[in-house]
Formats: sequence, C-alpha cells, structure tokens
Amino acid sequence: MSVALVQIQSCTVDMIRIKCPYCGERDHSEFTYGGDASIKYPALDAPVSEWTKAIFFRENIRGMQKETWHHTNGCRLWLEVERSTITHEIKSVKACHPQIEKITKNKS
Amino acid sequence: MTRFNAWNVFKNGFTGQKSWDRQWRDPVPKKEYDIIIVGGGLHGLATAYYLAKNHNKKNIAVLEKGWIGGGNAGRNTTIVRSNYMMPGNHEFYEHSLKLWEDLSHDLNYNVMFSQRAHVSLFHSPGARDGAARRYNIMRLHGTDAELWDLETLKKNIPHLNYEDARFPIMGAAVQRRAGNARHDSAVWGYARAADSLGVDILQNCEVTGVKRSQNNIESLETSRGTIKAKKVGFAVAGHTSVLWQMAGLGNLPIESHKLQAFVTESIKPLLDHVVVYGVGGAHFYISQSDKGSMVFGGDLDWYKSYAQRGNLPIVQDCAEAAMAIMPCLGRIRLLRHWAGVMDMSMDGSFFICKTPLSNLYLNAGWNYGGFKASPASGWYFADLIANEQPHKHVQNHNLERFEKGINIDERGAGPDPKLHG
Repeated sequence: MSVALVQIQSCTVDMIRIKCPYCGERDHSEFTYGGDASIKYPALDAPVSEWTKAIFFRENIRGMQKETWHHTNGCRLWLEVERSTITHEIKSVKACHPQIEKITKNKS
Repeated sequence: MTRFNAWNVFKNGFTGQKSWDRQWRDPVPKKEYDIIIVGGGLHGLATAYYLAKNHNKKNIAVLEKGWIGGGNAGRNTTIVRSNYMMPGNHEFYEHSLKLWEDLSHDLNYNVMFSQRAHVSLFHSPGARDGAARRYNIMRLHGTDAELWDLETLKKNIPHLNYEDARFPIMGAAVQRRAGNARHDSAVWGYARAADSLGVDILQNCEVTGVKRSQNNIESLETSRGTIKAKKVGFAVAGHTSVLWQMAGLGNLPIESHKLQAFVTESIKPLLDHVVVYGVGGAHFYISQSDKGSMVFGGDLDWYKSYAQRGNLPIVQDCAEAAMAIMPCLGRIRLLRHWAGVMDMSMDGSFFICKTPLSNLYLNAGWNYGGFKASPASGWYFADLIANEQPHKHVQNHNLERFEKGINIDERGAGPDPKLHG
C-alpha cells in the first residue's frame, strides 16, 4: 500500500527536472525533446526496408526508455536521458557524445 | 430499448423518469465471438455499430478496459471539421462530417451537433495564401469553405483582439458546416445503438494477453477470462503500441504523446464559433460549451508520455495564446485541465488497415483528430473487417505507406510525431 502511495505522489510532479551534466538541474522547458535514443541507423547502402524501420518505426515503450533531449536554452548539449514514460521519473542523464562526457566529468 | 421521442419524454416526465430502460446491457462474456473490437471508445463502438448495421454482422463484442466514455472519448475538445486537403484525407473527413450531420437521428440519441463554423485566423499574407490554397482544394472536392476578410470577421466575432495584437489579425479561413458535438453523447449514443443491435459491450475487460499462432490470433486473455475470436480489431489509440507488442508484432510508426485541454467556469454567451489561432510557435483552439464554459487547447506536451496528466509550461502557453487573441478572457478562472494520450503517427495521418496477421485489423494513429473522425473511422473500419478489402478512401492509410514513400503528411512536418499537431 505504501509503495502505491509513493507512486501516486511521484505522479503529481508536473515539471520534469533534468540534471544536465554541464549546467546542473534545470526545468524541462529549457530542453527540446529529441526522441528514442536506441535508434541505430543502418549502413548507407542498406535496403529501403531497414531504413524505413530506423526512420519511421518505434518501440514506443510504456515504461523506462532511453531518449535524447537537447539543452536548447542552455549549453546546447545533446543528452541521453533514461526516463519513465509513465511517471516521468528520471533514472540517469549523460551527454550523448562520449568525448563530451569526459569534459563534463572533469567539470564536476 | 425505450426509444427517445417526444411521447416517451412526456410520459416519463409524469412518471418520475422510472420507466426508461438501461442504455446498454452488462452481459457476461461469451466463450467465443465472430468479431471482437478491442477498445470501447468512439472508434471501437462506432465500428461495432456499423458492422451490425451496414454489414449485418452478428456475435460482436467490444472490450473496454475501463468504462464507456472514460478514455479519450472524454478527453477531447469536441471539435468536428473536415478542412483537409491530402487525397484520401479530405474524402474521409468529409464523409465523417456528413455522418455527424445525421448522427442524432441515426443513433436516436442527441449528440448535440452544432454547426457553428470553424474559424481559422490568419495573420500574414503568406498564411492567407496558404489558407486560400487549402480551402480552394476543399471546394474543388465539394466541401464548403470560404475566406472571410477582416470586416466580415469583425462582424461575426467582435471580441477578438483587433487593436494591438502582436500578430495583427487579417482575416480567417472558415468552414461553416464544422462545429462541435457533445463528446459523452456521441460515445453513449454509439454504445446504446450498438447494444440495441446485439453487440456485447464488455466493460472492465482489459486485454492482458494475446494467444496466437504463426499467422493469426486464436484468443484474447482478458481480466474477465479467455475469449476466442474469429476476427479481431484493435481500436485503442493512445496505447496501440502496447497491444501491438502484446501480440508479438514489434514496432509501429507511432509515438504516444499527451495533449491537454482546458475548461473554464461558465459565463454568458461570448463565442458562437470555434476559433483557431496558429502563428509562430502557438497553436490554440477555443469554443464555448453549451454550459457556458470556454473549452480550449493547444500544443502537445512535446515529449513522449503515457501519463494522462499535463505539464505546467503548456498551461502557460495556452493561457498566453488565449490572451493574445481574446484579452477579454483575462479574468476568467480555469476549472479543470487534463491530458489524453494520443497515437502520434510519423506523418500525422491515421491507419485503417490489415496487419501481418490474417484475422487482425488495425485502427490507430489518430493524432489530434480522433474525435471528429470517429463516425467515418467506424464506418470504414467496419467495411474493412467485413469485406477484407480497404475502401478506396483508406487504401493508402496502411503501415506500408512509409516504405513506399507515399506518406500522407498534411502538414509537411516530416517523420517526427510531436510536430504533427
């Protein structure tokens, strides 16, 4: 019962707060939602069916998913965010580009 | 089933309203049905109704996870219009509008369809030319459409901000036959009419699993037991991907996003039309309900979500848009706001099509426009299920259109679901 209550409480947060590794924790209104971060583009000469899958078809997860966000009104980094699409709870945030992650690590 | 007519209203008025029948039965699920429609929203119920009425099908069930009218049927802004221009879309939505025009008689249920005109404002010569093009295409296909100059607009809708708007209003593109309908009435009307033709409406009946062989569905596991089906139709927009994966079918060209709507306190008659305002980043539509509340909505919440609640930045955006075109609303109080989960498709158009499984049919991807589409959606989906052949108006509304490169992208926004508002 107490678990259920905690879930309901976490549901009432309307503003998502994203911990940008460079700028710190900010309101989601500073960011632009990108999309599914698990998409891998096929080789350029791959058949049309593979490109169709990569561009148009989505798993559309109901639960924890990896997705990209762009810190448009901040440092303009692209971030990979692990977020629940049911409760909006965020599990992890990191810079998409591994080289940039090195810099942000040094910063903290 | 007691019919609604003047005599019965009169009689019940004198007998304490006690002799009305239930609006629909509460049947025990049978072991097997010829056709099962998953999803007891407007689309699912309309499909069941037209299967029984147009195609004389018997032994049909509609499975609803919650209760009738509790999903997106109760979460929209009730606007009905047919101002589309892409081939397939304009025929489809025009057919839907024609069905709305006679729906109250057809269902013997007052859906309160009010053809109060849909007025889409424009604020620049470019926007005017774009609207002229779209509305001329509509006229060429027999849909009513007209452009109002500033004088006509001022005469019809005097309360807009004609004085000092950041984007001065230049005129409007208008569809007079468009308007509003009462959302609850539509869904209850379809449920009652389908039930009276023998359709079993099973509420609190959630599909929890799909048992299938290689090429077809054998039965559905539900919270009310296992039910076999010869044919299955999915009409669960918002959660289509969830059910699709339950059936082991992989990915769809759909993302689930949420869209908010708002209702204010009741005020005296202020606005006789549906007014739409779209300029810069804003997108805003407003009308006044029969109870006097201002009903309005705006953009999506801009990130994927299955949560049926909205975020605060969009509340602010909508309030700003309201103030931009109707500053007289400045002191009105908001009573409620809520969010519904939308199937946002990759080109902004819907799916009524066959699937990789021989006895499964898909009705999904309604984006912003599910409410107005529901009569035609049911009509053509029933036609597809009964005849195994898509009607020519929906022949390209399938899952293969992306690979073929024949996307039906009304807005020209590209493969990003959140942009197809």
